[in-house]
Amino acid sequence: MSIAETSPKPYSREWLLSDRPASRKQARLGRAYVIWRRFSENRLALLGLAIIIGLLFVAAFANVLAPHDPVQGDLRNARLLPPGTAGYLLGTDDQGRDILSRLIHGSRLTLFVVVLVAIIAAPVGLIVGTVSGYAGGWVDAILMRITDIFLAFPKLVLALALVAALGPGIENAVLAIAVTSWPPYARIARAETMTFRNSEFIAAVQLMGASPFRIVLRHVMPLCLSSLIVRVTLDMAGIILTAAGLGFLGLGAQPPLPEWGAMIASGRRFILDQWWVAAMPGAAILIVSLGFNLLGDGLRDALDPKEAGQ
Amino acid sequence: MTLPETSVTTRRNRRRASSFAKSVLRFAVTVVTTFLGLLAVTFFIGRVVPIDPALAIVGDRAPNHVVERVREELGLNLPLYQQFYIYVKQALSGDFGTSVLTTNPVMTDIARVFPATIELATIGTIIGAVFGVPLGVLAAVKRGSIADQIVRVIGLIGYSVPIFWLGLLTLVLFYAKLRWVAYPGRIDIVYEYTFTPITGFFLIDAAWQRQWDVLWDLFRHIILPGSLLGYFSLAYISRMTRSFMLNELSQEYVVAARAKGLSETRIIWFHALRNAAVPLVTVIALSYAGLLEGSVLTETIFSWPGLGLYITNSLQNADMNAVLGGTIVIGAVFVGINLLSDLLYRTLDPRTRSR
Repeated sequence: MSIAETSPKPYSREWLLSDRPASRKQARLGRAYVIWRRFSENRLALLGLAIIIGLLFVAAFANVLAPHDPVQGDLRNARLLPPGTAGYLLGTDDQGRDILSRLIHGSRLTLFVVVLVAIIAAPVGLIVGTVSGYAGGWVDAILMRITDIFLAFPKLVLALALVAALGPGIENAVLAIAVTSWPPYARIARAETMTFRNSEFIAAVQLMGASPFRIVLRHVMPLCLSSLIVRVTLDMAGIILTAAGLGFLGLGAQPPLPEWGAMIASGRRFILDQWWVAAMPGAAILIVSLGFNLLGDGLRDALDPKEAGQ
Repeated sequence: MTLPETSVTTRRNRRRASSFAKSVLRFAVTVVTTFLGLLAVTFFIGRVVPIDPALAIVGDRAPNHVVERVREELGLNLPLYQQFYIYVKQALSGDFGTSVLTTNPVMTDIARVFPATIELATIGTIIGAVFGVPLGVLAAVKRGSIADQIVRVIGLIGYSVPIFWLGLLTLVLFYAKLRWVAYPGRIDIVYEYTFTPITGFFLIDAAWQRQWDVLWDLFRHIILPGSLLGYFSLAYISRMTRSFMLNELSQEYVVAARAKGLSETRIIWFHALRNAAVPLVTVIALSYAGLLEGSVLTETIFSWPGLGLYITNSLQNADMNAVLGGTIVIGAVFVGINLLSDLLYRTLDPRTRSR
């Protein structure tokens, strides 16, 4: 009974779920398929995924989707129109700008902040955590003390102080949020590294003469990735909220950029009579961060069955 | 026969004492390095990052010798480590410089506004715990039911909503439209002159002085921002309670209690919750620390005269001394609460005591 006779058609369900994958590719695809099945059982997680895909789509085609210019308004005819006015689905703000168009273009700023913070903070946390966990000893002690110090700061307050010093602006806001977000990633990466630092496959690579640099980069880091991805996804909502808070205080993106938090701040003056100016961008923030939270929860349940249902 | 025994016990006692001393030492090192690190970060933000502080004071048109003299007076010509040493010494004695905005020492200002923040965060935590714990227990007991899903969604929205936006909307609804609560602020302007606070915690002061009308007015002011913060801590507390309770309910002692014939209510509220209470205390302490941070945006919306509003006001006026002073105080309280909750956990849970 050879394997060739019993092996199912490639890419079929049986092939993916096979106990004895014949190639590395089959094993990887099979694992991905199992994770996807677990993930897609969760309806709320799928909703989150849909929201995030929607956000990506809107941001990518903002120029086509937005019915009006997000920065130049019609001051003469279209000031503070209520939602539902012909041509202005979500109404207009005090400068006659279409709120829907501003929200659509603002999605780019939101993505910009989230992606940039993740690109800066996640690798920093990963490097600090894996090096600290693998090296141990005084390297570990020093790196973890530094991590603890940053962990001790309340995020928003540290970001506020940093932006106050650096000067307002979206790039500085990104930098400030990144500085406050890496410590948890370092903690997670270190904890993961500690669990397999003394395992046999690491010893095997050491015996083959791999340098510590190579071991950390090629063997330790890839194994830390999945828990890190879950944590980063769960943090996205927090990053969006912090960025919006900074924008609301006038420290993030500067006018006339259609940043959602700053839009709420500018709508604050009209909140009693023209509630939609502030309400709409807040709803957008709520939906997007809810999407990231649902997606993150679903990913955690799918990638880490131990935690599922907790 | 007795001699070796006593020597064994004394040796064991000595070892226990030395392990206790070691953990105390480790704790002290943690506290000291964390606080030093906190100061190092704010020092870095205040001195190294921005443009020359001397120029910020005299302006860039001042002649060179004036700039030099200001630099001299501020100690900016000293090596960085000496500057840091002076900075730490001043911070330890509570000297964070003078606020440009109010012209008071920053510490005086903070001492004045901090009770308002503490009061708000306390009310928020009480609301969060009173509603969050039962909701979490309910979700765990009826796992997978509609009730569980509802609690989950309430929590998820709490994690996802921008607090300042929710604050604005609830203010429009409950103050402007329904007139159920008082306008932003801490106390009605009428009482501001007749009411003399003693401790700075107005609710306690009013109750102590039996000024019931003032107390009612204070309540109408604090209820909305307090509930808002309470909602955020509820989201966190209910989620953690659910997870702890699920853990406890799957333990064998619960099965034993059921087999003994105890009522389900008794098992849940007396046996399981009591064991879940130990980690819950830490969670509630952490959420309290989180609310101190959450108060920055909430106070801005509700014109609540606390530390958060003080920091944002100072920010608008580029008053760096006040901003950094506020940051240090919030950071220090944050660290303090974290360490306290850690200690509390260790004393409450016998399993975590050192071997």
